[in-house]
Amino acid sequence: MEKKTRRNFMKTLGASVGAAGVLSSGSLLSACNRVEEVSGDKITLLTSSGELVVVDRSQLKPAELPSLTENQLRGRKGLPGRSWVMVIDLSKCRNARECMKACQSHHQLRPEQHHINVLQMQDSEDTAPYFMPKPCLHCDNPPCTKVCPVNATFKREDGIVLIDNERCIGCRFCIAACPYSARVFNWKEPRDAEKYEGVTYNIEANVPQKKGTISKCLFSADCLRDGKLPSCVSACPNGVYWFGDKNEDAVTNGTTKETVSFTQLVKEGAAYTLMKELGTRPRVYYLPPKGQEASPIEGDHI
Amino acid sequence: MQKTESPEESRRKLDKIVSDLTRSILLKDELTRFWFFILIMFAGVGLWGWILQIKNGLGVTGMGDYISWGLYIANFVFFVAISLVGLLISSVLQLLKISWAKPVSRAAEQIAIAAVALAGIIIVMDMGRPDRLLNIFLHGRYASPIVWDLTVVSTYLAISLLLFYIPLIPDLALLHERMGPELPTWKRKLYKVLALGWKGNDLQFKTVYHALRVLMILIIPVGLSIHTVTSWLFAATLRPGWDSTIFGPYFVVGAFVAGTGALIILMYVYRLRYGLKEYYTDMHFDRMGKLLVLVCLVYLYFNINEFFVPVYKMKLAEGVHLKTLFSGGYAFMFWFAQIVGLVLPILLIQLKFFRRPLPLSLISVVILLSAWFKRYLIVIPTMEHPFLPVQNVPESFHHYKPTSTEMLIMLFSFFAALLIISILAKLFPVITIWEVAEEQGIDKEYLTEKSNTQ
Ligand code: SF4
Ligand code: SF4
Repeated sequence: MEKKTRRNFMKTLGASVGAAGVLSSGSLLSACNRVEEVSGDKITLLTSSGELVVVDRSQLKPAELPSLTENQLRGRKGLPGRSWVMVIDLSKCRNARECMKACQSHHQLRPEQHHINVLQMQDSEDTAPYFMPKPCLHCDNPPCTKVCPVNATFKREDGIVLIDNERCIGCRFCIAACPYSARVFNWKEPRDAEKYEGVTYNIEANVPQKKGTISKCLFSADCLRDGKLPSCVSACPNGVYWFGDKNEDAVTNGTTKETVSFTQLVKEGAAYTLMKELGTRPRVYYLPPKGQEASPIEGDHI
Repeated sequence: MQKTESPEESRRKLDKIVSDLTRSILLKDELTRFWFFILIMFAGVGLWGWILQIKNGLGVTGMGDYISWGLYIANFVFFVAISLVGLLISSVLQLLKISWAKPVSRAAEQIAIAAVALAGIIIVMDMGRPDRLLNIFLHGRYASPIVWDLTVVSTYLAISLLLFYIPLIPDLALLHERMGPELPTWKRKLYKVLALGWKGNDLQFKTVYHALRVLMILIIPVGLSIHTVTSWLFAATLRPGWDSTIFGPYFVVGAFVAGTGALIILMYVYRLRYGLKEYYTDMHFDRMGKLLVLVCLVYLYFNINEFFVPVYKMKLAEGVHLKTLFSGGYAFMFWFAQIVGLVLPILLIQLKFFRRPLPLSLISVVILLSAWFKRYLIVIPTMEHPFLPVQNVPESFHHYKPTSTEMLIMLFSFFAALLIISILAKLFPVITIWEVAEEQGIDKEYLTEKSNTQ
């Protein structure tokens, strides 16, 4: 954990409070008017990563979250001038599943819902098995957005494929269309639905999730807007993920924070994309699982 | 059409036709009541299943993130398929001037209306957020096959209703004139309103013929597209088993098979129940049998194409899919549909004996059952085998097993469809009276005069 200044802490906290919206807005505002007073009044809050924290009421500060429509509008546009890409180094994956955990808590997912799923793969009988984290590939020719009847899933300028669960009608055509099984559905009430009640919908995190609507990996678009790496990328302990902007030709490793040239990494590592013959043109590249020692396959983890 | 009869003769004949063909309307016995009771009860119970589903979410079904379409979509495809019989019988055959098809066409339209209406309802029942149905109109994207589907399904329903209603108008006027107190007043009033002041003069008949002709031609592209677009819901994806270029025509022909089967069963029931032996004669069943063989043969041809070519190549993902159909968990259903539901009927119906009413109807029951199996096989097995392995999810996500709620809702759809057909049969004659009269050489002028035998 890096050191945090008090101001930084307050800033994050403010954002979390806004995102969580546990307090009714009235009391939140009145509390926020007296920011520096010490009242000794403790309250419990839910952060955007799903943790509960206890803070002094006097430390609350209003968050600057845009309204629902504004949020959806800017969420649809994307970050100007960006073109996000991910490179997954299969030779490094040890099946730690930290990415899956971080993702599930960030996006309010049930244990069986995976925006990112670490699969145990074996290409043929004679080759070694390996682990393959599989997020949504944010295809540049996405079969999923083409079939949506209401434009509830769409491709943004910066390459990210997002979902608007305020609009989704739950027809699940996009699940049928995605060849990579990247999409999950809220068959039941989402995890911790009560905690998230009344929270303003953040289209870039797809939180709060809603029963009867779709969800999938969003490259943590909310984090990207804040200039941070996606949750899975920064959670990985093994340096599997590189994430960055193709326009800048730079990708950063989530573990080592090292930044390298995207083209070079992809070229020198002989990267490939999944099932490229389908013509979906994924934005997620894989470096081959050379030397990965997949421990014997022990069955599913849920 | 001979016109040699005396007025008395004509009137007598017409009286008989009217009394035969209004039996379905007048019948008021225990069985009718029981039948309606059963229908309403089961449809109601099924509807309750939907209420449960709305309350608790689609999680009450057996679907999961991998097999994300189940019974509902299979039923949807089944109903769309059946509804196509309206197009075949009351448009194509009529335009070809095949006169034996005339008395069957209203029954065909009944099936079309009921089936396509239910298809529309099922789609809504399958939605995770039925409360957002309006979004399709607010934010509809014309690039999505679902929007095409909704467009053509509603157009088809509208044209089918017109094809049902317009030939009915002269009948309604006639019934209003001729039927006395045996008919409840509200029904007579209804007939009067719906008859739109029909006088039965030449000009009006000309308008009816003209309108029908236009509709019959219009319904052909709409009917073909409704099932073609339905097939594109699958064919527009990249999944093995769906990613096929012949899905459109394949579905259309399959629909003709299913619809013809359904119509034969309905004809048999009407013939038995309402004593319509002279109208649905053995000849009609014989012809329907021949029609069934024809569409079955074409369907077989498509089946061979659909399965033989991929089997020959055995592409990786396709191979897995085909194995589950041929020898895996779905083998029974698959071979039942192919052998018992297709090859066997083709062979049997060639024999004259099996084109008689009862045997043909029994065969049709089998055909209809396997048509349903076929729709199930189109939807579910493909979803069980995505390209990437299914991992880290509960066991129930690996296989699809419909739950009781899904069964209830399926029950609803079938009973609601039967209910619509039964109500139509109870309200209006099941065979067009004036067409039969015309066929028997009765002059049109007798149609609108009051009955004199009462
Ligand atoms: S991986 Fe699937 S969900 Fe993601 S963009 Fe591609 S098709 Fe769509
Ligand atoms: S489930 Fe939602 S996002 Fe997916 S195609 Fe249907 S409406 Fe669009």
